[in-house]
Amino acid sequence: MQRDSISNTFTVAIGLCVVCSIIVSTAAVVLQPVQEENRVRYRRRNILIAAGMYDPTIPLEESFERIETRLVDLETGEFVDEHERIDPATYDPRRAARDPALSVELPDRVEEFQFDRRERYALVHLVEGPDGWEQIILPVYNRGLWSTLYAFLALDADLVTVRGITFYEQEETPGLGGEVENPDWQAQWEGKKAFDEAGNVALRVLRGEADPDDPHQIDGLAGATITARGVSGMVRFWLGEHGFGPFLQRLAEEHADQLATSPLEFAWQPNPSPRP
Amino acid sequence: MPPPKPRQALLDPIFNNNPIALQVLGICSALAVTVQFETALVMSIAVILVTAFSSASVSLIRTRIPTNIRIIVQMTIIASLVILVDQFLRAYLFEVSRQLSVFVGLIITNCIVMGRAEGFAMKNNVLLSFLDGAGNGLGYAAILLVVAFFRELLGSGSLYGYQLLALAGNEGGWYVRNGLMLLPPSAFFLIGLIIWALRTWKPEQVEES
Repeated sequence: MQRDSISNTFTVAIGLCVVCSIIVSTAAVVLQPVQEENRVRYRRRNILIAAGMYDPTIPLEESFERIETRLVDLETGEFVDEHERIDPATYDPRRAARDPALSVELPDRVEEFQFDRRERYALVHLVEGPDGWEQIILPVYNRGLWSTLYAFLALDADLVTVRGITFYEQEETPGLGGEVENPDWQAQWEGKKAFDEAGNVALRVLRGEADPDDPHQIDGLAGATITARGVSGMVRFWLGEHGFGPFLQRLAEEHADQLATSPLEFAWQPNPSPRP
Repeated sequence: MPPPKPRQALLDPIFNNNPIALQVLGICSALAVTVQFETALVMSIAVILVTAFSSASVSLIRTRIPTNIRIIVQMTIIASLVILVDQFLRAYLFEVSRQLSVFVGLIITNCIVMGRAEGFAMKNNVLLSFLDGAGNGLGYAAILLVVAFFRELLGSGSLYGYQLLALAGNEGGWYVRNGLMLLPPSAFFLIGLIIWALRTWKPEQVEES
């Protein structure tokens, strides 16, 4: 057969595609369970890092025993796992955000969050202590410049003080926006106040340097204006009324008697949403 | 040009015809992955495997590859191998694969791999092509590891993650780390110095001006 004939060209092209795709897909399918396990461990480790509880010398499962994962209905702010059919162990928020049945459309005026929809239910992680929970870790995300930034934000039991943040998935420019993964930059989040006195979400990333005495400011990232804007929007959206606001509100009311300071009062009024 | 001996095919690319130092190919990943020795080592092994097996596969079907689609055929083989390596890293070396991020995927565009497939494997038998691919991978690896050795030692005072030089500052040691070494441009300086040293040792590599 002629090497450059049309039939040989097709034979080689098709044969090669079939062989290569079989090899690639076999590898992907066979290795998928191991990769998935890595991802779960990585996510758990980041939850621990956000809470400031990560210790590499202790097995991950052991440290994670103190953390309880629960499902929250973002609309009503209530836990749903007791009576609902969704299992928090298998719930995938990212798939839910794309599924019309499991997500809601956001009003147009929500500018800080660069998606049209968000999932109905979110997983929250509570750090159990001797007297109830001590910290709450919220999964948050928003678009940066090139990619979606995924982070865990840990709040203290007062629901105002930030205990830590970790960005566990992002594909921003290494060295610029990618610096959100820099532990030194993340360290300054600790102890900041997410809300101001009036109950507005006040925490934001500046352009340039933050005033170290201001409890609501985080240093900007040089050369990463859009990433920083995404991070600020992420905090504003997820702690606000369309994100975890109703949930935080409900927690604050429930735990009002346990708190030393006066409970968090939100500036916005929670929607009187229909109870299921 | 007569085909080289197997020994030459494997060892020549390390010093005599180094892909980075003489052909000045594959520089971009050499800047990106050499902050730490470990990432450079994993990247080196990945590139050696990909160049060796892609050259061997291209050589295996070289008489059947139609000339007008040969580049895309080579590309498909290289891309499949790179995905394979990437999948294995994600499964068994998760931390390193996160640090290497896009650079494993970018092996596809590494000119060394493509250059050997087109320039050597299309004309030589499978064994020679495999050795030539492995040799060029080794040549790339040699430079990468030397650069990473100096960058990690001078930039972080450590080697393969072990702290060798006690850092000054909060840790109370004596070694003030060289911040430049943590930045990609320092690899340019180091590669420049390596090329200078290599061409002083082997003056026949100096280009005519």
